[in-house]
Amino acid sequence: MDYLLEALHVTKLFGALKANDDVTLRVKPGEIHAFLGENGAGKSTLVKMIYGALQPSAGEFRWMGRRVAIPSPAAARKLGIGMVFQHFSLFEALTVAENIALAMPGPFDMKALSARIAGVSREYGLPLEPSAVVADLSVGERQRIEIVRCLLQEPRLLIMDEPTAVLTPQEADQLFVTLTRLAGEGCAVIYISHRLEEVKRLCHNATILRHGKVVANVDPAEETAASLARLMVGGDIHVVRAAAPDAGGAVRLALSGLELEADGPFAVALKDISLEVRAGEVVAVAGVAGNGQAEFFDAVSGERRLADDAMIALDGRPVGRSGVNARRKAGAAFVPEERLGHGAVPGFTLSQNVVLTRHACDPQLARGGFVNREAATGIAARVSKAFDVRKAKPDPEARSLSGGNLQKFVVGRELDRRPGVLVVNQPTWGVDAGASATIRQAIVDLARQGSAVLVISQDLDEIFEIADRIAVISRGQLSDAYPAASLSAERIGLLMAGAHERRESAHAARA
Amino acid sequence: MSEQLLSIILTIITASTPLLLASMGELVAERSGVINLGVEGMMAVGAVSGFGAALLTGSPYLGVVAALVAGAALSLLFAFLTLTMVSNQVATGLALTLLGLGLAGLAGESFVGQPGVQLQKIHVPGLSDIPFLGPILFGQDLLVYAALIIAAGTSHVLFRTKAGLVIRAVGDSHQSAHALGYSVAGVRYLCVMFGGACAGLAGGYLSLAYTPQWVENMTAGRGWIALALVVFASWLPWRIVAGAYLFGTITVMGFALQAHGIGIPSQLLSALPYVVTILVLVVMSGNKALTRANTPACLGQPFVPDR
Repeated sequence: MDYLLEALHVTKLFGALKANDDVTLRVKPGEIHAFLGENGAGKSTLVKMIYGALQPSAGEFRWMGRRVAIPSPAAARKLGIGMVFQHFSLFEALTVAENIALAMPGPFDMKALSARIAGVSREYGLPLEPSAVVADLSVGERQRIEIVRCLLQEPRLLIMDEPTAVLTPQEADQLFVTLTRLAGEGCAVIYISHRLEEVKRLCHNATILRHGKVVANVDPAEETAASLARLMVGGDIHVVRAAAPDAGGAVRLALSGLELEADGPFAVALKDISLEVRAGEVVAVAGVAGNGQAEFFDAVSGERRLADDAMIALDGRPVGRSGVNARRKAGAAFVPEERLGHGAVPGFTLSQNVVLTRHACDPQLARGGFVNREAATGIAARVSKAFDVRKAKPDPEARSLSGGNLQKFVVGRELDRRPGVLVVNQPTWGVDAGASATIRQAIVDLARQGSAVLVISQDLDEIFEIADRIAVISRGQLSDAYPAASLSAERIGLLMAGAHERRESAHAARA
Repeated sequence: MSEQLLSIILTIITASTPLLLASMGELVAERSGVINLGVEGMMAVGAVSGFGAALLTGSPYLGVVAALVAGAALSLLFAFLTLTMVSNQVATGLALTLLGLGLAGLAGESFVGQPGVQLQKIHVPGLSDIPFLGPILFGQDLLVYAALIIAAGTSHVLFRTKAGLVIRAVGDSHQSAHALGYSVAGVRYLCVMFGGACAGLAGGYLSLAYTPQWVENMTAGRGWIALALVVFASWLPWRIVAGAYLFGTITVMGFALQAHGIGIPSQLLSALPYVVTILVLVVMSGNKALTRANTPACLGQPFVPDR
């Protein structure tokens, strides 16, 4: 059997760090080949080298048996390598067709290109409107642009970096059909994912990386999700376990008829959102990115104030028009999605970041306008210890921490206060399995001690792991919250696609 | 009356042309994601170079070329500092203004008080003699037409060609453009230099056509108005044309009113364009939907590819 792509003893150094260490792997034509590994295991570095965005420090690539250098993405595309990025490389202000035109060699003819886009999108079941502006599109649609952009160049190897992280289950199923069909036509696919079940289902081959080295090459169909996870982590992962929720707790966070206008052309308006979160329970808000999660978090946290005090109550106290600090004083704590830049100031030390979110509600930290640095470093040290935050010095700058460690810190900083109400947006986004388990367990434990916890997440596995009740947000509207045990992934997928909106408009029609 | 009206319209065209040239150049630079606050400095250098070259050679057209080259050269310095050395664009732009004004003052010391070489208005037999419309449509100097052609060309290139698509893409997301294999710095170098050349032309127009002489600080804040015009026009070329002519009109109307003996203090009149600039910017920034849709998302942000 001839290989399409071979990487032979590839090593990539960033300074002293070996991101890839003597990696050797082989991809056959028509094969869907998974790259598995924790964050920082070196998957992204490896595919970036294959796509020509990075150059290996040592080792070589072979393409159809011939030794090749891939000096640039353009050179990779010329060979027939296409890549769909995890964070899409799209231009928000441009149209679908313009975005694709930028990646196409040859003459510039928007009309002909639009026709070709329509053709490919029909053929592969990837509906797309060439003249739509990207900023108006959902994440799933944006991914389709990237895929169509690759397909138009008739690739022989397609690289997909965590493609399903942002999709509804139905969209993911559609993607699998497309990929299987491509593989059937002889195109190889390199598939990076954290979701082991889908790797088992879709992929013919899996290469597992740990600390930059290849630790195994297996047939995923022969493995279990647990055995794959063991290979990735090099040990067993702690399983989050929740005791049965205490159903009779008092309502600690109540949203009633919450409305918020969109504050820009690319923002979502929130419409008539009502939800109660009781003491002792974790309620999750599921949904595809860009359906109002950011606005919902801003409204609940007080980053954007509401028109009416009664829209939000904390322990029965209306706070709709209060700001973040007033709500913190009322016993709430908030963890935003962006840990660097929103959850923490990159250039501030951890203790300074502690002061930022806690000076208002912790009289020890700031007295008469003066900061008590000892108290702040004490809290930072306590949080770091409790959450196993790994750092190079006692009180480093926030930006020097890795993503997972900083996330543990920003979540831990709020949990350390034992807030009565905790609102977290994407608690484990981009965090590896070990840190995720720590964070999830801490969230569940807080609820069991009598707090109300509201989690906004796009990760269904996470939601099913920790939530007692689940509501779904879609285009700024929130569905009812259903007990987690009563919901299947398929049902949530339907809600994500807006099933409850139709129900509500049916209500309206009858009224 | 119609004599007077004609002369007012002709003055408006001359007053508007430098604004149009300078802001069109800045628009292209900003569309690629670079904000160059040094327009005023580049105009000053263009003005003195144009004046000097025309004086030495006797040809106003060589003056025009010199102005263009001088503006582009100064912007090349800006591009090197902000794109290659990745210095802060705002601070570097302000420094460029100070540098340009200083350089121009130094170079122009011996030109003060000397009579300049004027860029002649064209005369098309027959057409230019049509009463009223003739002098307006067919009796301008070549730079007036050049400015309008540059505007039309900019609009066409930006929205109808691949090159323009790449410029807009680089300004919208330099990360993505880089990922697709485009040279972000290369595109920005060219756009900044186009901006510099246009600013140089605008300065040359002042010292060769508007008032053919050299006076220190003769740019008189027009570079700043040109910068404001780009925002005013929400980064769309045809709105720049409208805006430049609107501001030209406001400037000239001030003088016209004064000539008619309407009792407004001259200081207030000369402040009028700047007051209107501020008002327009306030009104524009109120309409967020409009500005945000066309604002280059990467405007002013440094770009260093990770290698």
